[in-house]
Amino acid sequence: MRALVMFLAFLPGAASAQALAPYVIEHGEIRASLTGKAGDPARGRAIVGERQKGLCLLCHSGPFPEERFQGDLAPTLNGVGARMSEGEIRLRMVDGGKVNPQTIMPAYYRVDGLTRVAPALRGKPVLNAQEIEDVVAYLLTLKDGGAPGRMK
Amino acid sequence: MARRRSRRPGSMWRSTLLACLALGAASAVAQDARKSGFAYMGPDTQAMQKDDLANPGMLSALDGEALWNAPAGASGKSCASCHGDATASMKGVAARYPAYEATHNAPVDLAGRINLCREGNQQAPALPRESREAIGLATYIGQQSRGLSIAPPDDPRLTPFHEQGKALYTQRMGQLNFSCAQCHDENAGGHLGAAPIPQAHPTGYPLYRLEWQATGSLQRRFRNCMAGVRAEPYSYGSPEFIALELYLMDRAKGMAVETPAVRP
Ligand code: HEC
Ligand code: HEC
Ligand code: HEC
Repeated sequence: MRALVMFLAFLPGAASAQALAPYVIEHGEIRASLTGKAGDPARGRAIVGERQKGLCLLCHSGPFPEERFQGDLAPTLNGVGARMSEGEIRLRMVDGGKVNPQTIMPAYYRVDGLTRVAPALRGKPVLNAQEIEDVVAYLLTLKDGGAPGRMK
Repeated sequence: MARRRSRRPGSMWRSTLLACLALGAASAVAQDARKSGFAYMGPDTQAMQKDDLANPGMLSALDGEALWNAPAGASGKSCASCHGDATASMKGVAARYPAYEATHNAPVDLAGRINLCREGNQQAPALPRESREAIGLATYIGQQSRGLSIAPPDDPRLTPFHEQGKALYTQRMGQLNFSCAQCHDENAGGHLGAAPIPQAHPTGYPLYRLEWQATGSLQRRFRNCMAGVRAEPYSYGSPEFIALELYLMDRAKGMAVETPAVRP
């Protein structure tokens, strides 16, 4: 019931209007870290688990026993670190539309080609480069559970 | 679609829906798979809608009934002075709005039609959108179509506006880059966190939404969904919203009006 309100809520200042870090897509991957450094998996877990910030659990399920309501619109995040490479996960986070143009997963690190973005958010990605790296680092720790494509 | 189909077990109607999509059916929500938002609610909320004494939307209908009979404006006339008993004269009216308004060369929604009478016939100021008065009158008039089938006018002048509404419905928007159709056609029946995604039928409006603690219009609901995807909502009564409303009414043709419904 509160899902859309959660979609709305965002932490001000989390993503700034600075230019996006450049990146290169090769063979379905973004190999280099957007910040040049490895992310922090603990911070990444917090972003993924926090609906207002990551939004992930609106669509995905994952190893978050404390979250009662998880989405069923996307494959589980369990085991994602075993079935995808770091570069594939980074591309999926930055702009999943590059992998599947029909996807409903928001592009977390993209500001162009969008329509009628709320004025306060124009020019800002959903997550900043540091946050993307933190999420990538966390997802890479999810090595077991959930065959590819399993729902829950 | 094929990619997703292999991923999800899906309830029976959803497999039917996907089969229809695969066959290239014109409308993504197949006629026989259409369901009111009522079907996605818990038993408590359903019971609240079904019991007129428990349904808070009925209070708005009562507000509207009082206004219907109250003289207003320089004309000193009430709605009833010209239209008589609403239970007869307004029966089925809400089920066929938005309708083409020749003086505007464009469709008007019911709220807009009421204001045309307020200003032109009663010579009273227009009622602000979503005000207690505007919602009351629309709810009272909507209630007179309760149980009747949605019956959009068969008017070729509306066709371009229907097409505009359809384009808006399938246009991705907002920071999260969603179209209405991606949730309400392609993922209806799924869950966004805890919330079931309904098919977005306009059958119940104005309705009492528990989250609002108030009775509100279909366009208020549109604004919520647009804000949800972090888009800048269109304004009340805008041509875009009237076009979307028209498209959704066509899409729900034949479904029963529930006004005033209750939603979570
Ligand atoms: C609005 C729904 C939605 C949201 C929100 C969402 N995703 Fe996704 N995600 C999907 C869907 C659907 C897929 C399936 C692949 C596709 O659509 O192309 C997917 C695929 C993925 C994949 C690839 C998994 C695989 O097995 O192929 C990863 C990794 C992923 N998402 C991570 C995330 C993370 C992390 C977040 C939050 C920061 C997130 N997603 C938010 C819908 C969503
Ligand atoms: C991210 C998914 C999503 C998108 C995109 C979306 N909606 Fe919704 N919509 C929902 C959910 C979830 C609900 C039910 C909310 C609840 O019960 O709290 C809803 C409810 C509705 C309803 C209420 C139906 C009823 O039974 O009363 C309508 C109408 C509607 N949406 C129209 C739209 C339109 C028009 C758009 C595009 C401008 C849109 N939605 C975009 C998720 C979405
Ligand atoms: C002075 C007479 C008069 C008054 C007062 C009046 N109306 Fe009307 N109304 C009309 C006429 C005449 C029409 C037919 C359309 C037209 O020519 O404007 C109409 C049309 C309508 C319609 C559209 C009916 C349809 O079948 O499409 C609605 C709804 C309506 N009025 C509501 C109201 C409401 C609500 C009020 C009070 C706020 C009101 N009217 C006050 C004369 C009046």
